[in-house]
Amino acid sequence: MENFFLIVSLALGFLTLLTLYRAVAGPTIVDRIIATGVIGTKTTIILLLMGFIYGRVDMFVDIAIAYALLSFIATLAAAKFFRHRKSIVPRGKQLGEKGTGA
Amino acid sequence: MIFISYFLIAAGTFFFATATIGILRFPDCYTRMHAAGKGDTLGALLLLTGLSLYNLHDGFSLASFFVSFKILFIAVFIFVANPTAGHAIVKAALDAGVEPWTGKEGEK
Repeated sequence: MENFFLIVSLALGFLTLLTLYRAVAGPTIVDRIIATGVIGTKTTIILLLMGFIYGRVDMFVDIAIAYALLSFIATLAAAKFFRHRKSIVPRGKQLGEKGTGA
Repeated sequence: MIFISYFLIAAGTFFFATATIGILRFPDCYTRMHAAGKGDTLGALLLLTGLSLYNLHDGFSLASFFVSFKILFIAVFIFVANPTAGHAIVKAALDAGVEPWTGKEGEK
């Protein structure tokens, strides 16, 4: 059963690496924020699986709760920070002013 | 009961994989948020429910019950917080003027 948890956490780590590609190479800032949120959710699950592998779930579950709360706050703060900024879009691709740039 | 938890954990991993494929393959940030919001929320819910059931499988004590309750609290929190974060991100993108993807011709 520890082997099963190890396989599941390795699969989740591989999926986190695949999501990291979108966080690095995303065309807009919105894609990066989305990928960071997904990585945060996966990291919460991986923390719990680490607790089951090491046999210390009672300690790791508190770390996972704190990580989930911090990830949610970080996503909301990034979304609110970039809400009215025109720099969220690449230059010359904005609504209503095509070709002219910001 | 332990087979139910194995099935739930495997199903959650499958939904995480579909969410990752959607994030990698979709053409737009709105469609990527569509894949990330639903697949991620359902995968996390299934995985956390499976882990919470697995925690209770050997011996029912008060400490393991509290640990399972905390894991279910994480599941409920993710179920509330992940769509909220998705709504905030997409509203920020729409207010900032990110152009939605409209077919192959609109793709640059």
